[in-house]
Amino acid sequence: MKDKHREAYREEAYELLAELEESLLALEQDPEDEELIGRVFRALHTIKGSGAMFGFEDIVAFTHEVETVFDQVRNGQVPVTKALVDLSLAARDEIRAMLDGGAPEDSLKKQEIMAAFRGLIPEAEMTAGPGPDPSPAGEETLGAGTPVTYRIRFRPAADIFLTGTNPLSLLHELRQLGEFNVVAQTEAIPFLTDINPEHCYTAWDIFLTTSRGLDAIADVFIFVADDSGLDIQVIDDGSGSAEDYKKLGEILVARGDLDESSLKRYLAQGPLIGEALLQEGLVSCDKVQSALVEQRHVRTVQRKKQEAEGAASLRVPAAKLDKLVDLVGELVTVQARLSQTAIDCNDPHLTSIAEEVERLTCDLRDNALNMRMLPIGTIFSKFQRLVRDLSAELGRKVDLITEGAETELDKTVLERLNDPLVHLLRNSIDHGIEPPEVRLQAGKPGHGKIRLTARHAGAQVIIQVQDDGGGLDHETIKAKAVQMGWLTPETEISDKELFNFIMSPGFSTAKEITSVSGRGVGMDVVKKAIEALQGSIEIDSQPGVGTAITIKLPLTLAIIEGLLVTIDHDFFVVPLSVVTECVELTREDVARAHGHKIAKVRDEIVPYVHLRERFDIEGRPPAIEQIVITEMNGNKVGLVVDQVIGEQQTVIKSLGRVYRSAAGISGATLLGDGTVALILDALQLVQGQQAGELIN
Amino acid sequence: MSVASITETGQYLTFKLDEEVFALDISKVREVLDFTKVTKVPQTPEFMLGVINLRGSVMPVVDMRLKFGLSKTEPTVNTCIIIVEIELDGEITMLGALVDSVQEVMELDPDQIEPPPRIGTRLNTKFIKGMGKHGEGFLIIIDIDKVFSMDELAMAQEIGGEQLPLAETG
Repeated sequence: MKDKHREAYREEAYELLAELEESLLALEQDPEDEELIGRVFRALHTIKGSGAMFGFEDIVAFTHEVETVFDQVRNGQVPVTKALVDLSLAARDEIRAMLDGGAPEDSLKKQEIMAAFRGLIPEAEMTAGPGPDPSPAGEETLGAGTPVTYRIRFRPAADIFLTGTNPLSLLHELRQLGEFNVVAQTEAIPFLTDINPEHCYTAWDIFLTTSRGLDAIADVFIFVADDSGLDIQVIDDGSGSAEDYKKLGEILVARGDLDESSLKRYLAQGPLIGEALLQEGLVSCDKVQSALVEQRHVRTVQRKKQEAEGAASLRVPAAKLDKLVDLVGELVTVQARLSQTAIDCNDPHLTSIAEEVERLTCDLRDNALNMRMLPIGTIFSKFQRLVRDLSAELGRKVDLITEGAETELDKTVLERLNDPLVHLLRNSIDHGIEPPEVRLQAGKPGHGKIRLTARHAGAQVIIQVQDDGGGLDHETIKAKAVQMGWLTPETEISDKELFNFIMSPGFSTAKEITSVSGRGVGMDVVKKAIEALQGSIEIDSQPGVGTAITIKLPLTLAIIEGLLVTIDHDFFVVPLSVVTECVELTREDVARAHGHKIAKVRDEIVPYVHLRERFDIEGRPPAIEQIVITEMNGNKVGLVVDQVIGEQQTVIKSLGRVYRSAAGISGATLLGDGTVALILDALQLVQGQQAGELIN
Repeated sequence: MSVASITETGQYLTFKLDEEVFALDISKVREVLDFTKVTKVPQTPEFMLGVINLRGSVMPVVDMRLKFGLSKTEPTVNTCIIIVEIELDGEITMLGALVDSVQEVMELDPDQIEPPPRIGTRLNTKFIKGMGKHGEGFLIIIDIDKVFSMDELAMAQEIGGEQLPLAETG
């Protein structure tokens, strides 16, 4: 059991560390932001607090040092400096290492960091040392879960001003503790002629919801408690619900402002007890007002709590979610079968059921897939750190600007996107952004900018890494491409095509190229990773202005829209995202092209891949074949098939390890009647064709 | 190969390819299906017959006759697909094996099993776990993990994965 809790703690701590890192980086930009300092402190405090509960003593001891410093920062005694942020980030890494269990006890690094933190604390504090924490962590975390509402009736002594205390500042202090409402009781104020201006006549009823405990409240009143009337009562311990809080009359009775017998009497008269009481003059207006505020306060707090509970998220293991999507996938298949059967049977009852099931399945599918969607910001935030560290290491000055962090992507896509993006950012910093001196000479600001943006475009997500660095060097790339035998020196080639060469496998190993023009290192790996995600990648660059790399990805890998086609008796699915149109290919067209696999579509020349030939499928093609025209990386290529059947919701099934590298096929799907249809990998097919033609 | 690995009485599923009887350790067998339509995956070796829909999942099927050097299976009413669980690189994978007919489940004692002959079988001896004696005839006990070891399939993939169109003769 304990291990389970420790595991839960670890998971929580990882999240807190991520938050810590984010806050620290933001703090570096804006060292004055108290909100951020508070966030850093809270994250540290929670890591320490829960660490103590689960027996991570080393983390507790270590975090304590860091926390102490940030406590000082919070009080304005220690300024936020770059050195502090650096040190804190190092400490964060160290805590992470301790969590992973990788850090040796009392490692040298740890000692150094701890010493450095101690050095930051002003002398006076040093004597206190890492003694017991004033607010025991366990209690705090417990308290944090259950905010309690107090009614505080504060009647300052008449001569409170004489002691130099301003009651308003006490109220102000209370306000810091949590959800706060106050009603002034002014009935004790005498007529103007009788007022002694040095006396305080006002009393306050305060309603405070806080998780800090009674002691924190008592502390506020510590200097006035002896002389003033102070009555603190718990009116709601956080367990009730919004609707069942006391009625107005009950509140008054509970406070002793009204006795029970008169309450009963008034209740008998009618529902509007407040007004009745006022008319009778039995209870003063202030008191009723105060009771009403109390009622409202408690209800608001409780409602907020309920909303918070309602909106609370649930942790579910990713595997369970994957299973759910699998099941939904199967359901979609079965539903397609049901619809088909219903149409075949021509039975109105069955048809209506099938339609209902179809609607439900559709909703269920969207919901299930939606659950797996995560905002891309979850990986963006990691990059801030990466860029910061890397640019410092390489002597560049780089600002990373991220946009569209809320863009959602399928979990699996997101996970596999991390490495390619890291690679691209690294390239941008290493080869794209010039050193500050060079930039200044070129008339650019010394700080380079990398924009990392994500946005939706139809069923795709477009992610762009854009830098304002030196750009790619056309000539060098071309020279290299010629050297590799991919080009002849005379070949006219568009920039886009030229840049694609840097993503070719052979290109990356060329040392002299990478040192001159940058990029190239492992770009083929990036390209492969993106293509494995059914995505595409495009490079755009202008010398001296910068480079933009655009990645287009499908929203999800589990279910796609596909175009169902047939060749002979076999079914194939082309992902609809790459299809632009379908045209006919007649025998005459083929004859006119003199053996070239080229079709003319509205005055545009489109090369095609004859799938029947390519896949070696026996039998005679029909007189009129269909060309499914696809567009990838700006190139149009046709795929020739026998027949186009139509659009199809396609649940992608893996072909398994055995067929893992079947060329041109990315997976399989099941049709309504249970037939297996293969999903075509258009990109691979086209590339395979190019490779084949080159050899021929 | 030795038969030392077989020390206990085991149950075996026997099946026929041509006239020859083969046996499979029953613990490897998941289920036996009637022959259904197999969807060919293009550009893969011929013995890799294609994929079938097994209650919503896509299952690869291998033609055992081709795999063992016989002629291509002509489906008859007796043709069956045995779904076997194999270990590929330490991972459990399921696969369909297309056979001419499934015979029976039988028990074999260790003393009924002899080591495979070095010569005299058409099969690569590394696929054979042992020879079972059964009445008058022999059973060839095959080591299904070895038959579908990654090397074997990888070899297949090299042929299939080639980017040349028409690389394979149908």
